[in-house]
Amino acid sequence: MSTGKISVMVTSNKREQLQMAAMVASVGAVSGNDVSVFLSMNSLNFFLKDSSEQATPQGSMGQLIEEKNVPDFKDLFQQAVEYGDAKIFPCSMAVDILGIGQDDLETYISEPLGLTSFLSDASEGQVWHF
Amino acid sequence: MERKLVDAKNTFCPGPLMELIGQMKLASVGDELEVLSTDKGSASDIPEWINKVGHELLDSFEEDGVLHLVVKKTK
Repeated sequence: MSTGKISVMVTSNKREQLQMAAMVASVGAVSGNDVSVFLSMNSLNFFLKDSSEQATPQGSMGQLIEEKNVPDFKDLFQQAVEYGDAKIFPCSMAVDILGIGQDDLETYISEPLGLTSFLSDASEGQVWHF
Repeated sequence: MERKLVDAKNTFCPGPLMELIGQMKLASVGDELEVLSTDKGSASDIPEWINKVGHELLDSFEEDGVLHLVVKKTK
């Protein structure tokens, strides 16, 4: 099976962006790629345990996604980890700003990662930003 | 050997693929899984994944607007 490296940076709190990021991460990971996801800025809140944060639709597609039976983006990220061994890293700066610890985040989220390490890790392969 | 039905109707990409993979993890080598999907993209996406990962697509047909894909777990 051919493998590649896919790095996904997620900074948005918009439904469409989070959905597309989760699709790239999950499909990429289950297809044998080495997937790293970096969560920063407005995306990290969604991955707090028992987060009640709702992703806001950006446009008409986001509204349709809400209405139809589209897989939940958080479930897709979790499947990326469980089925495809993806790694999902919270940005260490975002973790510091929010004042949270590892225990506050969903169990499938890895230890915080700094931007320097993520960029170094992403220097080969595909890089996606949502 | 058994054939397990994976009913992934009425969800959207990549739901049917993920449901298949979830069941695939639980199946034994040699088992067959039959995925039911109403998501049109599954017709090309799921065979592409099967081919890439190295399982075997045994059958593919459409019945009453529902796509059926029969996959054998090979490893």
